[in-house]
Amino acid sequence: MIEARTGVRALALETIGMTKTFGALAALDDVSLRVEPGSFHALLGENGAGKSTLVKCIMGFYQAEQGSLLLDGAQAVVRNPRDARALGLGMVYQHFTLVPCLTGAENLVISRADAPAVIDWAKEKRALSAFLDRMPFRAPLDAPVSQLAAGEKQKLEILKLLYLDQRLLILDEPTSVLTPQEADEILGLLKGMTDAKEISVVMITHKFREVTAFADSVTILRRGRRVGGGLVAQMSTQEMGGLMIGDTQISARAARAERPPGSPPAETVLELAGLLATDEEGIDVLDRVNLKVRAGEIVGIAGVSGNGQAPLVEALSGQRTLRDGRIFIRQQAFEPTRDAYHRLKVFGLPEEPLKNATVPHMTVAENMAFRSFDRPPNTRFGWWLSPGPMRSKARELIARYRVKTQSPESAIGDLSGGNVQRAVLARELSGEVDVLIVANPCFGLDFGSVSEIRSRIMEQRNSGAAVLLISEDLDEILELSDKVAVMSQGRIAYVAPVGETDRATIGRHMAGHA
Amino acid sequence: MNDSLVVIVLLSLVGGALRVSTPFIFVALGECLTEKSGRVNLGLEGTLVLGAMSAYATSYHTGQPWLGVLAAGCAGAMLGAIHGFVCKLPRVNDVAIGIAMMLFGTGLAFFFGKAYIQPSAPRLGEIGLGDWTGDAKIASALQINSLLLIGVAVAIVMWWAFANTRWGLILRMTGDSAPSAKAMGVSVDLVRFLATTAGGFLAGVGGAFLSLYYPGSWNQGLSSGQGLMAVALVIFARWNPLRCVIAALLFGATGAIGPALQSVGVTQGYYFFNAAPYILTLLIMVGSAGSKRAARDAPGELSITK
Repeated sequence: MIEARTGVRALALETIGMTKTFGALAALDDVSLRVEPGSFHALLGENGAGKSTLVKCIMGFYQAEQGSLLLDGAQAVVRNPRDARALGLGMVYQHFTLVPCLTGAENLVISRADAPAVIDWAKEKRALSAFLDRMPFRAPLDAPVSQLAAGEKQKLEILKLLYLDQRLLILDEPTSVLTPQEADEILGLLKGMTDAKEISVVMITHKFREVTAFADSVTILRRGRRVGGGLVAQMSTQEMGGLMIGDTQISARAARAERPPGSPPAETVLELAGLLATDEEGIDVLDRVNLKVRAGEIVGIAGVSGNGQAPLVEALSGQRTLRDGRIFIRQQAFEPTRDAYHRLKVFGLPEEPLKNATVPHMTVAENMAFRSFDRPPNTRFGWWLSPGPMRSKARELIARYRVKTQSPESAIGDLSGGNVQRAVLARELSGEVDVLIVANPCFGLDFGSVSEIRSRIMEQRNSGAAVLLISEDLDEILELSDKVAVMSQGRIAYVAPVGETDRATIGRHMAGHA
Repeated sequence: MNDSLVVIVLLSLVGGALRVSTPFIFVALGECLTEKSGRVNLGLEGTLVLGAMSAYATSYHTGQPWLGVLAAGCAGAMLGAIHGFVCKLPRVNDVAIGIAMMLFGTGLAFFFGKAYIQPSAPRLGEIGLGDWTGDAKIASALQINSLLLIGVAVAIVMWWAFANTRWGLILRMTGDSAPSAKAMGVSVDLVRFLATTAGGFLAGVGGAFLSLYYPGSWNQGLSSGQGLMAVALVIFARWNPLRCVIAALLFGATGAIGPALQSVGVTQGYYFFNAAPYILTLLIMVGSAGSKRAARDAPGELSITK
């Protein structure tokens, strides 16, 4: 089917006129792209641009309605992921697909289509170490995968594909779980393998830095269509960004209001003192977290996901009990009760708001009233709810924050991610805010929403709120924060004003070896 | 004098452990197999009772107790297969189905078993491990049934197979991460169906021991919740087949506390001591609820640990 050519093991891939629709939505519309053998190809696009749909069609998860797939110039039929694997196509997903309870070696061996019925471990271990000797990088094979760090898991995912002798790797945002240094290391190693014509790589990403540093060629998708592409060397990031966003109007960012020089430092509003928390297995997830946030200041917490950011947000929003330590707001001890949130004006936008801050089956109006439903004018006599004021308030917020919903009576779970985010933000920012806790506010949103949500956060800072921003997107932190803190292994490893630090320093602290 | 009393009590505890533990071993191994695939089958109590009834009836009609054991396994496999099939339908909860299957299994056994309460069926033979000592007490305490040896052998094979065979790895993979299994082209539903069916077979065999060896007759109060206790035992054994055997022996020994004390003349609190296995179950559940290690060893797909 595929003829082997001398010297070049890497596959060439070409799609011609791929089209895939889901209901009325054209997720892919006549997309053609070409990946030269031994090249590093980037697939750029916003969320919902069709990148994932395209690779899922290539990998056989979906069947394209039209269009064809060529491997090394020959027509290939991929009916399911198993066919794709047999043809030499391998994929690294955004989420790990290694089995947590199996060791690295077990994961590798069982992934083979011809795994023996009875496994001779002595023989397999010898074969594995011979295989690792040929690879540019290694990963621990004897520990259960659940005990590995994210970077090691990602390496093991890639090693697995190479072990299976896949000659074209598709990577779906492979660096979202890695530190900048780990990302550079892994992408660099893959780049080396493409240069040696061992493999071809298709990488889905939205980070221009990775495209310009590692990719040879690029294809840009927008709303399911190919809008541009070519050799990376011949394109500027501005050009790529323009193609990605298209003619979307981006509202102007709220400017950062600078404090007059020489004025005394603002009052400390939020203070975390020695927060300590453990997970279900008794492992410390928060290890004496100390941090101060002043009025009119955004403190951004950077870090690789899984280093304690989620437990910190949970502790601040009352979802996790602390083993030790106190939270102070304006020198008052803060217990996460409904009354305290109201009295001290603490608000928040947790990550995955649909899961963490709404009741999906309840209406948009009800969800928007969660902060105020038990207070006048929504309540009479302290217990009788009046839906009238609730609905009119919801209408006002929906209009002001441009939440796209059929009516205030629709279930909030039916809204798109960006609109849920806007609805929750509208609820949280509708009153006076003293403390605002925001976690990954723009994750998975399109450019228009990102810009709008960031300016809302900046507005709150400018009007004097103390803002704690927890984000896995370093660019977001660098753009919004006045002060950067780095979280690593459950503790605050580094704090610096944003003007006195740089990406490399932050990255070193994120990796935990600084 | 006192020494010999202690020896008698210890001997009866060991004897009790060897005699009573076999059904626990089989049910626990069956449940362990099922849970390793990521599904809970709470219906094994019903499987155990139906297995006991089928074994007794088959042995009575054919005169072949070992055919009875096979029939018990097949009846158990059938219940397991029903559980496995229903659970793969969309939006079905395995715990709820398990409870329904438990009631179905016991009900079916009582319905067909009415006729077999009176007649006497040929029983399984025994192996005298202590005969060489020449001591009647030791000999009677160390009499075991070959099903115990088979149970231990099955446990060792399962333990080995989980780590050293393709089937074992696929089973663990399915139980720990269904998305990974699917990505590898494994049919999660099929693996779970087979695991539940095989688990049912083992639990059925455990039932055969109850009616054909000890206590060795068929009646409606035969099981007294042993199938449910075995589920707790799997958690205690942290999903390891070898630990399942040890835990089952421990359960057997606690079950023998009451009779052992009675045999040396301690009759006070007889019913209390008879409740020892149930108290142990309760303590294990309370203890393992907060156990970090149990949480780590639990298969990731289990609905009771999610």
